[in-house]
Amino acid sequence: MTLSETIALLQETFGPAISSAKPDAIDPFVIVVSHRLVEVCTFLRDDPRMRFDLLNNISGVDYLEPDAKKLAKAGFDPHVEVVYHVSSFSRPRSRFTLKVMLPRWKGDVPGELPEVPTVSGVWPTADWHEREVFDLVGVRFLGHPDPRRILMSDDWVGHPLRKDYEFPLEYHDIRCR
Amino acid sequence: MPLLEHRFEDGFVVTSLDHAINWGRQASLWPMTFGLACCAIEMMAVGGPRYDIDRFGAGAFRATPRQADLMIVAGTVNLKMAERVRRLYDLMPEPKFVIAMGACTCGGGPYYKYGYNVVKGVDLVVPVDVYVPGCPPRPEALLEGLMRIQDKVKKMRTLARGEAEPLVPARTGSVKLPEEYSTPAATFDYLKDTKERAKPAKA
Repeated sequence: MTLSETIALLQETFGPAISSAKPDAIDPFVIVVSHRLVEVCTFLRDDPRMRFDLLNNISGVDYLEPDAKKLAKAGFDPHVEVVYHVSSFSRPRSRFTLKVMLPRWKGDVPGELPEVPTVSGVWPTADWHEREVFDLVGVRFLGHPDPRRILMSDDWVGHPLRKDYEFPLEYHDIRCR
Repeated sequence: MPLLEHRFEDGFVVTSLDHAINWGRQASLWPMTFGLACCAIEMMAVGGPRYDIDRFGAGAFRATPRQADLMIVAGTVNLKMAERVRRLYDLMPEPKFVIAMGACTCGGGPYYKYGYNVVKGVDLVVPVDVYVPGCPPRPEALLEGLMRIQDKVKKMRTLARGEAEPLVPARTGSVKLPEEYSTPAATFDYLKDTKERAKPAKA
């Protein structure tokens, strides 16, 4: 099953849950509506035509151009994306990419993290990947079994890979800047 | 020495107690087994047979800070690790020495500007005796750092009173700076003067 067939099958099965698709990209992907993500992921894992039984990576991307001069050329609205790369053991060299588009802040209130359902029930690998995305990019994974920071210390303030992140002046009496 | 000359058997040496203590101490600096990042690999190379830090008596890498005299901070120190570094330093018995090895420990290195999690120099956490810059430093550079520590030990005063003598790099040699760079204040004045003179004349 080729990637375009996979995309077509997903669109046929889920309809409005797949908000858009891009089959001609280098890494063809579909954009999934966040509240039906778990459903789509379970289908990708369990359907005999798909069998994407391995989650390679979850990454969070912060789309924001902090430089006002470059803003006109940026070509995107500010948002956060969570990208899921999956592949299959039973169908070698088959890969697929899912994306979820989120607002930068939930309800556009600065400080309120955007939310997406966890897929750690589908692929247990997702547990630590989601913790990392939460830690560095600041996306809350609803229903995550252990939603702590994974790299930064527990009392850290902010999410460092956000484009508008400001470095702390001091951390535990150690000068940071 | 004339007072004591020919009064003892051959092979009998007279020295000051401080000198004897320092002589023993400088040849048995035991470093702590402690590596944080890539510089630790170079530190292990120094411990290996090719460079062999054991020639200088510092080859006994101890697995506990209680038995160590020398802390070689080898590698990037991040903020989460900084507290542990400080605690290990506090656990070491006096007298203790610290070598900051590598660009990251000397001042943040490549992570200085955008390393959100990197301590900008380990001297913000523990007092540093010798800085060994490099990314990573050559093993010879770390050996020189060790020799500088030994020079420092040689001038230590455990029993004697009075002002400490100025440090002399006995093993590694030193560079005699020209007059205008002899003190930090003189350097500052000289550089300021040079900058003034380099200014283009007003038309």
